[in-house]
Amino acid sequence: MKEDKIKLMEVCGTHTMAIARAGIKKLLPSEIELISGPGCPVCVTSQADIDRAIEISRIDNVIITTFGDMMRVPGTKTSFEDMKRDGADIRVVYSPLDALTISEDNPQKRVVFMGVGFETTSPTVAATIIEARKRGLRNFFVLSNFKVLFPALEALAGSSKLKVDGFICPGHVSVVTGTIPYAKIASHYKKPCVITGFDEIDIVKGIKRLVEQIKSHRCTTEIEYRRAVTEDGNIEARRVLDSVFDVKDSHWRGLGMIKESGLKLKNKYRQFDAEKEFKVKLPKAILPKGCICGEVLQGIKGPRDCKLFGKVCTPRKPVGPCMVSSEGTCAAYYRYGE
Amino acid sequence: MCLAVPAKVKSIEKNMAVVDFGGVYKRISLGILSDVKQNDYVLVHAGFAIGKVKQKEAEDTLKVLKELKDVLKDERR
Repeated sequence: MKEDKIKLMEVCGTHTMAIARAGIKKLLPSEIELISGPGCPVCVTSQADIDRAIEISRIDNVIITTFGDMMRVPGTKTSFEDMKRDGADIRVVYSPLDALTISEDNPQKRVVFMGVGFETTSPTVAATIIEARKRGLRNFFVLSNFKVLFPALEALAGSSKLKVDGFICPGHVSVVTGTIPYAKIASHYKKPCVITGFDEIDIVKGIKRLVEQIKSHRCTTEIEYRRAVTEDGNIEARRVLDSVFDVKDSHWRGLGMIKESGLKLKNKYRQFDAEKEFKVKLPKAILPKGCICGEVLQGIKGPRDCKLFGKVCTPRKPVGPCMVSSEGTCAAYYRYGE
Repeated sequence: MCLAVPAKVKSIEKNMAVVDFGGVYKRISLGILSDVKQNDYVLVHAGFAIGKVKQKEAEDTLKVLKELKDVLKDERR
């Protein structure tokens, strides 16, 4: 009977949370198994990249700005939250543009935006960097920990350990990217892809379309989130992104180094590059003992396979990033009792 | 992290717009989506419009969601 199981991966952390909240796993026929993927940007940020941001926050007259999800992620020695309690100037922003206002208000300080995110977020930061140049800001810097989703998706599609039958693809990444980057996943790796939205009905419809493809031996990319996603995506956003960033090889927690899966500032914008501005010595990255976030992010193991889950590691006192982020798989399982 | 919320465009000034999230107004950037008109629906992420939402399809979905809720309500009876 086991061969008949259909294994689908929801790539996006926002989907993971929506699925858990709506209790969709419990409603699905038993032969359909949903596994969570690497689509939580906070969770896949490498320990070294978190450590670098924390070390920069120790420097005098530096203000760190970042999204709220980053605050409690444990680095090797400490977290942003702990650093802030000890006096570091670390501020949560809603938009990267808010970091520009902070830069203008604090001309005597250097303001760093610690950026994480996929293709949904990276164009907003590219536009912010262009705006910083327009305003002539010389005290604004970006720590670019942005990830490009598709090389990671390819790694998962080709994984012999994972053996996933299809992908529930992220709606808002696809608003920007459109369907073209999925073509290789569907045609070369023979994995059906359906882009869905975030309402319960969107997700269930997306699962139905994936199962239809699998049963009829088709492997194509379909859009179940037509109200927001088009085949072409947001061409303007990608043009802005490409004008500011180049791809680089990048380390993903759990998945390791993936070719061309990260973003770095182009040479003409290097004055905004925090990594060039701040040379810091990093501690030897040590991952929390017993934490299996790496395997959870690959979909090989689930939170319940972790000895720390719910005992030592809880949202109040998280050990690994998948419990910290509001859309981490472990946080979703804990909160909704999956 | 990839949360994006639909909002209605109320007014536009240069590359900024004021949008309405069901009663809450916010100023957002049109820096990566400039072809936007008053009364368009846009998805807002991190203070930027990232894409347009088709009004008819958005309304259709809202209708289906309502029907689904009605079905569930009937079942509970």
